[in-house]
Amino acid sequence: MAAETKLPYEEDYVKAFSAKHNEPEWMSKFRQQALEVADTLEMPTPDKTNISKWNFSTFKHDAEGESISSLKELPNDIQVFVDVEKDNNIVLLRNQTTAYKNLSKELADKGVIFTDMFTALENYPELVQRYYMKDAVSFDEHRLTALHAALMNGGVFVYVPKNVVVEQPLQAIFWQEDVSLGLFNHVIVVAEENSSLTYVENYISHNKEEETVANVVTEVIAHDNASISFGSVDNFAHGTTVYMNRRGVVYRDAKIEWALGQMNEGNTVSDNTTHLIGDNSYSYAKTVSVGRGDQIQNFTAKIVNYGKQSEGLILQHGVMKDHASSIFNGIGKIEHGGTKANAEQESRVLMLSKHARGDANPILLIDEDDVTAGHAASVGRVDPVQLYYLMSRGISKQEAERLVIHGFLAPVVNEIPIQAVREQLTEVIERKVY
Amino acid sequence: MAVSTLEIKDLHVEIEGQEILKGVNLTIKGGEFHAVMGPNGTGKSTLASAIMGHPKYEVTSGSILLDGEDVLEMEVDERAKAGLFLAMQYPSEISGVTTSDFLRSSINARREEGDEIPLMKFIKEMDAAMDYLEIDKNMAQRYLNEGFSGGEKKRNEILQLMLLKPAIGILDEIDSGLDIDALKIVSKGINKLRNETFGCLIITHYQRLLDYITPDYVHIMMQGRVVKSGGPELAERLEAEGYDWIKKELGIEEETVGHNA
Repeated sequence: MAAETKLPYEEDYVKAFSAKHNEPEWMSKFRQQALEVADTLEMPTPDKTNISKWNFSTFKHDAEGESISSLKELPNDIQVFVDVEKDNNIVLLRNQTTAYKNLSKELADKGVIFTDMFTALENYPELVQRYYMKDAVSFDEHRLTALHAALMNGGVFVYVPKNVVVEQPLQAIFWQEDVSLGLFNHVIVVAEENSSLTYVENYISHNKEEETVANVVTEVIAHDNASISFGSVDNFAHGTTVYMNRRGVVYRDAKIEWALGQMNEGNTVSDNTTHLIGDNSYSYAKTVSVGRGDQIQNFTAKIVNYGKQSEGLILQHGVMKDHASSIFNGIGKIEHGGTKANAEQESRVLMLSKHARGDANPILLIDEDDVTAGHAASVGRVDPVQLYYLMSRGISKQEAERLVIHGFLAPVVNEIPIQAVREQLTEVIERKVY
Repeated sequence: MAVSTLEIKDLHVEIEGQEILKGVNLTIKGGEFHAVMGPNGTGKSTLASAIMGHPKYEVTSGSILLDGEDVLEMEVDERAKAGLFLAMQYPSEISGVTTSDFLRSSINARREEGDEIPLMKFIKEMDAAMDYLEIDKNMAQRYLNEGFSGGEKKRNEILQLMLLKPAIGILDEIDSGLDIDALKIVSKGINKLRNETFGCLIITHYQRLLDYITPDYVHIMMQGRVVKSGGPELAERLEAEGYDWIKKELGIEEETVGHNA
């Protein structure tokens, strides 16, 4: 039961899995290397949340899904995430099968790559190798990153060449249709110099009772003067224990904007860290979450400033109800040499139940003198004076609360560039809050 | 249409254990404009808040009736739906909720489910009222009161008043912090509502507002009570002579209730 027991999948299995997907040799070796050390590494230790009893070992590793020839064949509850009438740039993973993918000819001709990870490994092995667990996440950070590296079983690869501007959002849907499948998803997003793109992803599963695991690593790289908007709606079902690691690396004059809707139903550790390497680099990390039932969650939003005049902004808003418990760590770190850097953060938690628990931990770590930094944090109930104001116009108490809560979560909802996804996020919020 | 009547009888109100209102009597009928005046700290705003049901104010005795119905038994939203409206002195800022969404929710709250105001009709009405109050149309898409200047907040309150068309409107220091041009615009909005059925309670401590909105009745509050009532000439005398003559006439030394109310 505990994570310290032996590995769920052994060397022979991993070799065979890699061979089945025709992976390049480096990848096969990399998996073995990770598998060897996984046993020896410690579990991660998120601040103030004990995950030692969480299920990270019971799951099925291999499951296929049916392909479709049109998005209209999708069941309704999945189709709603797509603007079906539009010409989409989309990759849809159903379990580990790429059920559907489409990239406009125009973008493909410009050298844009947007495909599932197994295809990318086959068609662009060197390019993937250049970025796969290199600059953002290391395989040996702890046991979960090593297990991820050994067992990766899906994901997407996004690559935008120099000077290419992708106007339309790229959308990935990770649909965990098999209720016991563990998702070891790996996402790489690379924007070369002077390029820009918007990427939106959805995680969907249905396992209310069946236990399984999602161990996801996402690496987002913005080269000089590139711009990446990254949006997500995470909505793993109650049975899934989630480890979500999203990391960004931002070079000179580049920027990464995160808008993360963290709407899982099960226990979750979610770490979103961005390294502002280059001078004048920028990141704005906005996250919202709703906790309900008995779920325990630990969120970290961290930005590290290395570059001069780099700017890192964090906004975390969480709503907690029932017996849900969440820790929100906001970490702004300015390294020595990051002169004129700016680190700002705001963490707010709205408590809807007296049995819920929410902690906001604002942390500033500054090793440079000539910088600006600030933080604001609060944990509280819906303001009765705000409710009074809304109700004084005839709005019922329930509707007034609903307005305040949606408003509180709007900073991320409004940033999601695909209308269907924005509506789904609103719907998920509605479902979780009421 | 029958006119509404708001009756306040012997109203006593406390905030955090301290009594602010000590027996207020006041009756406002549809079609009438009443001004409640008085120096700071005499309970004027407390009266407005207590009528609307602010959570911090506790009514300890007395009654408020709207057309014979017990207002004190109603939730805040029920009071609004019964016909009361309070333009607040310090309206709340609601982040993430646009002014337009809020206005539409407020209008629809008075309508039956399935009979919501059509979007185009709503936009037309809102735009017309915004034009009348010389409000920048951007306000509709800005978050409710967030980052609004003092003047914008007041205009937004009157915008709501115009769109919601209550039976009785209460204006709590709607003139405070307004320059003369803004004051004229706000007054214009209020005067537009003036008809045989709309009743209005204007709370102010400046005569200035009453230069633009002529009240039918003027009441003076001191020490948590209405101490004197009269016609518009009363306001004019206050303008000329201040409050001292009233204090002398009634033998009042300290007009406040000992608390900034």
